[in-house]
Amino acid sequence: MIYNIPYIAVAALILIGLYAVIFKRNLIKIVIGITLIENGVNLFLITLAFREGSIAPIYREGQNQIMSLPVPHALTLTSIVIGVAVLALMLSLIIHLYRHYNTLDAHKIGREQE
Amino acid sequence: MNIIDDIILHSPALIVAIPLLGAFLTPLVSKINDKLRNIFVIFIVLFTSAIVLLLANDIYLVCGKIHTYVFGGNAPITEGGFAIRILFEVDGLNIFMALIATILAIAGVIYSWAFMKENTGLDKYYTLYLLMIAGMYGMILTGDMFNFFVFLEITSIASCALIAFWTNKGKAIDAGFKYIVVSATGALFVLFAIAILYGQYNALNMAVLASKIQFSFLDKIALVILISGLAMKAGIVPMHMWLPDAYGRAPASVTLILVGVTQASLYGALRMIFTLYGGKLTTTMNQIGDVSIDLNLVLGIFIVGLALLTIFIGVLMALKENNFKRMIAFAAVAEIGYMILAIGAALTTVFSTNDAGTGMMALKGGVFHILNDALDVGLLFLVAGAIYYATKETSLNQLGGLARNMKYTTIFFLIGLLAVSGMPPMNGFASKLIIYESTYQVNPILSIIAILCSILLLAVFVKVFHSAFLGPKLPKFDNVKEVPKSMLLAMGIIATIIIFIGLFPDMVVNYIVQPAVNALTNNSNYISNVIGGI
Amino acid sequence: MSGMSRIVKTITNVAFPIVLIYGLYVIAHGHLTPGGGFQGGAVVASGLAMLLVAYGSIWVIGKVKEKQLSILESIGAIGFIGLAFLGILMVFIYSSFQGNFFNNFLINQNEIPLFNEIGAGLANINTAGVIPLMNFAVGLKVIAGLFAIVLVMAYATRIKEGK
Repeated sequence: MIYNIPYIAVAALILIGLYAVIFKRNLIKIVIGITLIENGVNLFLITLAFREGSIAPIYREGQNQIMSLPVPHALTLTSIVIGVAVLALMLSLIIHLYRHYNTLDAHKIGREQE
Repeated sequence: MNIIDDIILHSPALIVAIPLLGAFLTPLVSKINDKLRNIFVIFIVLFTSAIVLLLANDIYLVCGKIHTYVFGGNAPITEGGFAIRILFEVDGLNIFMALIATILAIAGVIYSWAFMKENTGLDKYYTLYLLMIAGMYGMILTGDMFNFFVFLEITSIASCALIAFWTNKGKAIDAGFKYIVVSATGALFVLFAIAILYGQYNALNMAVLASKIQFSFLDKIALVILISGLAMKAGIVPMHMWLPDAYGRAPASVTLILVGVTQASLYGALRMIFTLYGGKLTTTMNQIGDVSIDLNLVLGIFIVGLALLTIFIGVLMALKENNFKRMIAFAAVAEIGYMILAIGAALTTVFSTNDAGTGMMALKGGVFHILNDALDVGLLFLVAGAIYYATKETSLNQLGGLARNMKYTTIFFLIGLLAVSGMPPMNGFASKLIIYESTYQVNPILSIIAILCSILLLAVFVKVFHSAFLGPKLPKFDNVKEVPKSMLLAMGIIATIIIFIGLFPDMVVNYIVQPAVNALTNNSNYISNVIGGI
Repeated sequence: MSGMSRIVKTITNVAFPIVLIYGLYVIAHGHLTPGGGFQGGAVVASGLAMLLVAYGSIWVIGKVKEKQLSILESIGAIGFIGLAFLGILMVFIYSSFQGNFFNNFLINQNEIPLFNEIGAGLANINTAGVIPLMNFAVGLKVIAGLFAIVLVMAYATRIKEGK
């Protein structure tokens, strides 16, 4: 049971994130939802890497302990880097949107007649 | 060693790396001179295209050849059997998609010269443009799941920034935000599915995964998440709401590459379904109660349903739309529906023993239509951009009588109109005919609906043609001139290819489409190319 | 955003060099310990963001222009891709190397005595071939990129307040 808790957390994070993306009207909350989904997926990758009783994968001489898998760690790092870029882009778009419409309500944005 | 051989050997890496290098050199070059920068960007794209053509020649020379390129090493699998190296695997389908991307990239970058001339911040525009092209090539050529995700995100980020390029318009920023939300969510879905697959099989390489896949319960979940994630990027109906906004608000040259990115996502879905799961979809039966159902049938019928919905909604929304570019965007949604209709019809039949011919034909139509759709919709968007450039007007109510002042643009629009609605002398007819024939053999109703919607599409565009180009000359458009030569050249390139494919469809199907279809259905070849190398 | 009080500024003056050195340490030891270009770059950039908060974006934008940062960022990216390209180009320079894109051409050779050993422990920094060089390039790009993002965002919100 104790080893399943991370997976439950993953499911909870992704579902909460999806809820925020779909139902929330505030743009900042939508961005928070996407970040939550991303964190859930990252947590999933990290959990996959873990083996019982393993240490961090730093190679030293004369050491015979089990190491956790390094590949998912690398994947998570890449995913975090991409996440930073997406987050920065979304926030700067929000700054622009707020300047145009003076609101963060998704229902009041982009509705004007041309 | 011959230098051409060397270039062909390293070509999969160079195709992605040269636009990337060009993207980062662009800000430095534009410090010197603006014109030099434009020439530099066009040179980079043409050089990449030359390498794509060399690689294509190499692939098509030998039937069923797969070019494998491993980054940072020689063998795809290290000692001890870990397939951790990133590799590019180029087969008939990859190179087919790369050719589409090449045509779009050349036309787009030539078109940008005059179209974006009056804007500021062009160094960033060209950087992002090359980044988007590099990401598109990467998505198309990669043979590694995680690498696919990375390139998916690169294209999302670059194209989102380009959609919102005209930051003085609130609606453009709104469209960019919508796009990034949908595509970030879709890409995270894809990453989640990749993580599920990695957790079970300890591999990220597509070929190794395809050889190991068991089709367990978790694999089915991963398949559903993968397809829904990629469908978000491809604009299939329940997730299509970003597409008209993004296509409609972006600069026309960006929309052209966006069409290519959408097709690349569709390619991703094809690759996942047919290569990754293809070996197991055929043999797995699903036990529901007492009835056992073929899984490929379930998946196929589901995709056909989505396709019909996509065609319907695309056409109906195009009928009532009043904005030129948004209308073409809805037509693009309908065209995507035709492709996945053919793919769904193929899924229901291609794996069965007695009816495989129909499935192969449907697949051929679907793959052929990817090429035709990219060209037709791309040309229409370029024409819409040209009209916007000349008149600064997008609403159809305000336009009229443009045929008198813009002769060439009118001709190009006529070509695009006929092609997109599937009229005989153009390329759209060739692929749609194959789709109608094959879907008729699956179920006649499907092809009837498809033909009806195609006629409606014709009606939509005839209405546009009438209201924008024909009629008396409006006084406010008296000084409207024909658009600059570089834009005409870009439209001309695409229109020539459209007419060429329309006149000789057999040749294109035999030389380009058939290898792609063979590569899709023969996934054991794809697997043995990597696994056999141990 | 204008600057904050003198207490904050003084503490920033003390803390900033430490953060900077720690970030550079993480970049330089990326091939030996957990960390690398992105992580170290993010540490340095957060130090710079601290400076931005303490002194205000107007003061910072007087010292550093966003264009200079974008050039630095381009140089970092070109360095990374150029190192990857060198893997191919080494084929033409020495015929003994048969390399692919991203090939680690510095390791296991005797011509260039730079990062060419195979590591035995955490103290041995002269190891891992091109990976440390790539870490430096990525670090430069991340420092410049993240700092440019933070700087531009701070500056943009300042204009909003002024309206």
